[in-house]
Amino acid sequence: MALNRAESTAENVLLQEESVPDNNAAAKSRLKILTFIPLITLAIDFILHIALPNTQMSGINKSYDTVLVIVWIIYTGAILLSIKVKSIVDKINHKAPFFLAISIFIGIWDLVTLKLGWLELPYFPGPDKVLGIFTEDWAVLLKSTFYSLRLLLVAYLIGVSSGLLSGITMGWSKTINYWVMPILKVIGPIPATAWIPIAMVVFPTSFAASIFLIVLAVWFPVTVMTSSGISNVRNSYFEVAKTLGADEKYLIFKVAIPASYPSIFIGLFMGMGSAFLTLIVGEMLGVKAGLGWYINWAQGWAEYSKVYAALIVIAFIFSSLLTSLFRIKDRVLSWQKGLIKW
Amino acid sequence: MVDNTRQVHVNAFSGGSIHVKGVGRVFSNPDGNDIVALNNATLDVNKGEFVSLVGPSGCGKSTLLRLIAGLDTPTGGELFLDEEKITGPNYERGLVFQDPTLFPWLSVKANVASGLVARKIYHQNKHLVSEYIKLVGLEGFENSFPHQLSGGMAQRVALARALVNHPKVMLLDEPLGALDAFTRMQMQDEILRIWQNRNTTMLLVTHDIDEAIYMSDRIVIMTPRPGKIQQVLNVEIGRPRRRNDQDFFRIRSKILEMLHFAREETLSYYL
Repeated sequence: MALNRAESTAENVLLQEESVPDNNAAAKSRLKILTFIPLITLAIDFILHIALPNTQMSGINKSYDTVLVIVWIIYTGAILLSIKVKSIVDKINHKAPFFLAISIFIGIWDLVTLKLGWLELPYFPGPDKVLGIFTEDWAVLLKSTFYSLRLLLVAYLIGVSSGLLSGITMGWSKTINYWVMPILKVIGPIPATAWIPIAMVVFPTSFAASIFLIVLAVWFPVTVMTSSGISNVRNSYFEVAKTLGADEKYLIFKVAIPASYPSIFIGLFMGMGSAFLTLIVGEMLGVKAGLGWYINWAQGWAEYSKVYAALIVIAFIFSSLLTSLFRIKDRVLSWQKGLIKW
Repeated sequence: MVDNTRQVHVNAFSGGSIHVKGVGRVFSNPDGNDIVALNNATLDVNKGEFVSLVGPSGCGKSTLLRLIAGLDTPTGGELFLDEEKITGPNYERGLVFQDPTLFPWLSVKANVASGLVARKIYHQNKHLVSEYIKLVGLEGFENSFPHQLSGGMAQRVALARALVNHPKVMLLDEPLGALDAFTRMQMQDEILRIWQNRNTTMLLVTHDIDEAIYMSDRIVIMTPRPGKIQQVLNVEIGRPRRRNDQDFFRIRSKILEMLHFAREETLSYYL
């Protein structure tokens, strides 16, 4: 019994050591010299932009200058704050090289477009033009974003629910698997966007048609990954659960489904990827609203600065959605070892 | 030696008796060569008795245990728990595998509670969960996840998870097989302590003859091809037992002889 106690305490210590954050490292850390360089490069960007003459045609637009000043102030603020709050020193040091690279990149972008004209209009507008869209055309951009998000979220949720339902029932019931699997095998691999001509005719509104397309695009991967997850659950989990007094409901909801979470989440990620694709293509080809439509429409007028602005918005939104899904996954799968980080 | 703080004060449970009547299990192969995993086995295990099944691989000991658990159906004969015929798995016959098979998505506490949750009696019996975690000596690990536990600790959780249901019979399928020698001996004592506290009937499958002798009232010796019960041996050594007792060695060589593993030299060494 004494031995047993010893084992327990040893394990206790081990577990505690893992969870204690490393305070010593934070106390020692200082701001690096490299951390201050982005302040200089940002200033150079600003001076070049003001001082050099423009080669490209340019409207009266102060958005790039303003953004540079704001970023400079925020960055200086963060450095000043880190003198008081020691815990963010490491974070700033860590991010500084990246900020430096970005500041050099936009400086070069400004030079080769607006200033030197090596890249030509209308395809390659300078940063001032692209940033200017956010102040000039924000209302249309915002509205388009809203339409895209609404379509995406509604369709994704329907797609996920139907995918989970069919995946779970297929994984559990041989009969359902027998009837649905052939349909899945034939219909599933067709890219959802290939249905656009038919969907536009069959559905009364383009909104309903695009819902259908995205649902289809999400349903397939979610169904496949859920059903394969469920049919691959170790049989011994079910056996143990049965000897503990589990009924069928418990076996499905408390054993099969949680055991398949890792696989289900892969399906959710794949579904989200194809939902993004289908959304934008659907909007470009049929729907008369949303960011895809905005890109298409701006291209028609050769307003490439709007295309770039829309791409920035899309990148921001899609990345945030993926990050949220990763957060949910980390929460739900906290029991798993070695998670993929985003 | 007896640590009272770790006893569970529940008197509601009692063991059950197992009756195996002429049970056989044949696995049919597609190529026509049927495998007789178990042939005409008859065995009675009394209430509160500790019985071990030993024998080389393929002797049908795990098959017999799975049949008693109700996870498999016999191709001949019948099995009973007390007077009730065994037709499927049930919480009255708790099972612990060699692999702890903890649900990795549940914390230690939730794993132990899973039997009560499955039977929909968790809310009336919440207190049992912490009692059984204490019984197996895992206080402080309630919120750990299975991947954070050592093999011995995980097996303790598996034991607690089966015990919390107050099974009439505990079926142990080489539960200590994957543990190192020291953890193993320590766990043997833990299982004996739990058994003596609670009077549950214990049926243990093991490769380890010493383990069988150390723990059991009776040892069922099984032989392969076809799997059958060769002999049942009483272990007439008083408890608590010592692993280096003379009687211990005597019984050991007797079993080895029955399994045709004893050579003259080794026998004389033990005798």
